[in-house]
Amino acid sequence: MMPGMGTFSRAARSALVVAAAGLLAAACGSSGGAAPPAAGGGSSAASGGGAPQVPTANLPVLQKIGQGEGTLNLIAWEGYLEPQWVKPFEQQSDCQVHATYAGTSDQMVTLMKNGGNGQYDMVSSSGDADLRIIYAGDAHPVNMSLIPEVKDFFPAFQAPAFNTVNGVHYGVSLQWGPNVLMYSKKAFTTAPTSWSVLYDSKYKGQVTVPDNPIQIADAALYLKTHDPSLKITDPYELTQPQFQAAVKLLADQRPLIKKYWGLASQEISAFKNGDVTLGAGWPYQVSALTDAKFPIGSVVPSEGATGWADSWMLAAKAPHPNCAYLWMRYISTPKVQAQQAVNYGETPDNKLACPFMNKIQAGSCELYHANAPQSYFDSISLWKTPVATCDNGQQNCVPYAEWQQAWTTQVTG
Amino acid sequence: MTAAQGAGPAAEGGAPGQDLAGRWPRVSAVLWRRPWARASLLLTPALAWFVLIYLAALVVLLITAFWRINAFTSNIEQVWNLNNFTLIFQTAAYRDIVLRTVGMAAGVTIVDAIIALPFAYYMARIASRPTRTFLYVAILLPLWASYLAKVYAWLLIFTHDGLLNWSLGKVGVGPVSLIYSNPAVFIVFCYVWLPFMVVPIYAALERIPPSQIEASQDLGARTWRTTRLVILPLILPGVVAGSIFTFSLTLGDFITPILIGGSGSNFMGNVIEQSVGIANNVPFGAAMALIPIVIMAIYLLLARAAGAFRAL
Amino acid sequence: MESRGLRIALRIWVVLVLLFLFVPIALIFLYAFDKSTVQSWPISGFTLRWFSVAWHDPDVRQAFLLSLKVGLLATVIALGLGSMVAYAVHSFAFFGRETVSFLLVLPLALPGIVTGIALSSFFSFTGTGLSILTIVIGHATFCIVVVYNNMVARLRRVPGSLSEASADLGARGWQTARLITLPMVGTALISGALLAFALSFDEVIVTVFTAGAQNTLPLWIFGAIRLGQQLPEVNAVVSVVILLTLIPVGLAARVAGSGAVTRSAGRAAPAGEQAGLAGR
Repeated sequence: MMPGMGTFSRAARSALVVAAAGLLAAACGSSGGAAPPAAGGGSSAASGGGAPQVPTANLPVLQKIGQGEGTLNLIAWEGYLEPQWVKPFEQQSDCQVHATYAGTSDQMVTLMKNGGNGQYDMVSSSGDADLRIIYAGDAHPVNMSLIPEVKDFFPAFQAPAFNTVNGVHYGVSLQWGPNVLMYSKKAFTTAPTSWSVLYDSKYKGQVTVPDNPIQIADAALYLKTHDPSLKITDPYELTQPQFQAAVKLLADQRPLIKKYWGLASQEISAFKNGDVTLGAGWPYQVSALTDAKFPIGSVVPSEGATGWADSWMLAAKAPHPNCAYLWMRYISTPKVQAQQAVNYGETPDNKLACPFMNKIQAGSCELYHANAPQSYFDSISLWKTPVATCDNGQQNCVPYAEWQQAWTTQVTG
Repeated sequence: MTAAQGAGPAAEGGAPGQDLAGRWPRVSAVLWRRPWARASLLLTPALAWFVLIYLAALVVLLITAFWRINAFTSNIEQVWNLNNFTLIFQTAAYRDIVLRTVGMAAGVTIVDAIIALPFAYYMARIASRPTRTFLYVAILLPLWASYLAKVYAWLLIFTHDGLLNWSLGKVGVGPVSLIYSNPAVFIVFCYVWLPFMVVPIYAALERIPPSQIEASQDLGARTWRTTRLVILPLILPGVVAGSIFTFSLTLGDFITPILIGGSGSNFMGNVIEQSVGIANNVPFGAAMALIPIVIMAIYLLLARAAGAFRAL
Repeated sequence: MESRGLRIALRIWVVLVLLFLFVPIALIFLYAFDKSTVQSWPISGFTLRWFSVAWHDPDVRQAFLLSLKVGLLATVIALGLGSMVAYAVHSFAFFGRETVSFLLVLPLALPGIVTGIALSSFFSFTGTGLSILTIVIGHATFCIVVVYNNMVARLRRVPGSLSEASADLGARGWQTARLITLPMVGTALISGALLAFALSFDEVIVTVFTAGAQNTLPLWIFGAIRLGQQLPEVNAVVSVVILLTLIPVGLAARVAGSGAVTRSAGRAAPAGEQAGLAGR
């Protein structure tokens, strides 16, 4: 009558284990302790007492990739599972890909709960979600020796802090790119150069932005330039006053918003149908609208941009591990990396992808920064999970839970 | 279940392999002599289902509302606290959302009742028999036609180049931008729940004996007086029965606001769905879900007082 | 008795309401045959292409099959449990009879999202992984009342004297049930089952909370509308779904005595029968 007593104790156990990791986000004591990597490009956050454990760190990894199980259930961003590269994989691997599209990192974390519930094999999550998934015990260690293609990745993506903890990998890095300012060329003859158009009451009812708490970072990035008195250095590490200023900017923006989009395609339709003329979005929407012959423009404005670095993470209870490994190998090859990069409009992690990109579309390697210098990488503030502990070790940063709360109670309300 | 088993093979100590058919009449006889045994045999499976699954789920929901999640991993922590409730009651935005939802549900209910009353009246009291049958089918079709299809149809109508703006253009009115707004959500709600209001009102009207209305008229009452003093009180239970559906269905819907709503279209259903599906904050979603439960409990009690359950 | 003016006004009102009800549904069917990939009015040309696209879409097929399976399983459960309770409530006076009826109608009277989140927390609390089983559990819970309603309404109309006569003639209780009651309520059972199936086939709110990685057809449709990338295909699928949902309902109306629809328009029928059709 009461199935899952075992699971119950598992839940209790992992709750205990995870409590330590949870202190990352809670306003915890002063001990400082060992520094586990926080989400995003190599920053760190101090923990409470003792090093936090990843509940799944000691699970045995696959030793040899066997026959595909016939099915592969993936949680992905839209545009990450296009027939162009999924079809060939299905033919060569005997793994039928089933896609579930998520609109936000939060949704990905939720879908991965309970190790993907024994349903999902992998998720293409970003740096702001990866560590939440790992420390919740929902990701499975990955045997990197089975995925030799990763050796061709730029060093920054071979074992990045956002998907590798204490030397244990929980997924393979994928691609990265910026969040861009999109505008309809019907309404704008010259490209806007600043994010300020999104906050300009002139465009009331014509704006669409993501329905995603991480948008607060975009507002913070804007304020970093436009309100120096706030002294914002990192848009993901905000003190209360900085945080409040960003939230207020977004609350004031709300009357201008036609729709907070939950999925990339909603933004695409909104532009296509003429419901909006301005928006914040991903290069994917720009590609899709361009393909649909819609006069869409996009820029990384002068203030810089937020961005993402994604990984394919393995679910703790992945039901089809062989197919998952086959997929990780396949998606890491230069040609497929190039296909996805050009199709989506982002930057591949595999440094051999450049010539393949140019073969698909001349000049695309440079266009999508696959050979760009470090300075370009530095101009993009990659998504990471805001935690209470700032980079300088102080405990006065606003943790992500408050971002979520402020987003629903003060911005979209 | 246990009663039946106790009275069956165990009582007789029947050896295994004994002809089942031979024993059956005796079991049957025992059951026949003891109505309570038969009643419990019939009731147990469904009651077990409802108690062990449905009620248990509601209890778990209630308990979960007093737990919290880990802010970083968003795993549930079974730590008792009232934070979810204080957050709901102290945050202006959540108060607004609750009021907006209740307001929407009430508005939809009232408008649907206004649309449905004359329709049902015509159906029950004026239409010829074939017309009445036709109208009844005409109400049942949209009642059962796929919910998503109906909402989606309005997306097609409201969209920038849709039927609405085309029609408005034909009569020389500029295009309107109804899509992604609360008025649009309101129209769609009124549309999808209208049949739920028509059917019980029609059923109530149909039960009024014509003699009662004639008596009223014979006594000199005019149409309006008859309507107000005779018909309205008699169909009130029908209206209330219909309103249970329109109110409850609006209260918990999140699909229509997602598909049709815009930047100010957060309703209780959306908050609950987002809490569970996106933020994985099941405890907060559970706390929020208790609000529609309480509202509906009050509503159902009042409805019962109005005699609506007889009209359900 | 109503004045001429009032009658005309009411007639106009009825026509307007009918237009309001049917224009959107008709529109879906029109769009399903639209050549264009852009959903704008007026439609640009006739094609059957999207039906073929939908038919060959493996996702749609799998979702459709899952919906069929879920609908059948939920109907079987609802049929068994619902008819047993109905018979008990009808035949025996016992303490808490009202409570039983109330309990059964609760999943429909409370907003679907409450059932959804309650089951979702229940499954996560008990560690039950989401699968076809959890979808069926959710659906059966609110389908039981549909069968129950139909049965109770019918049982009320079966004269008690028939059973008494049967008993007087020496029939045992079960014999009476099998030979007298069952034939009288058989059509109500069938219509209850058909309606339960239609209800399950169309359900989306509870299913959002109880489904795992697999999509039922409504979940596929919901996802596809949100994604908005294959709307022409959605038009085709949705119009087929409307027809598929209406078939069991139409059958139910026909089967439940020479049609619950026509009969309910007669004076003698209790409103319960109609509520059975409307009870969702």
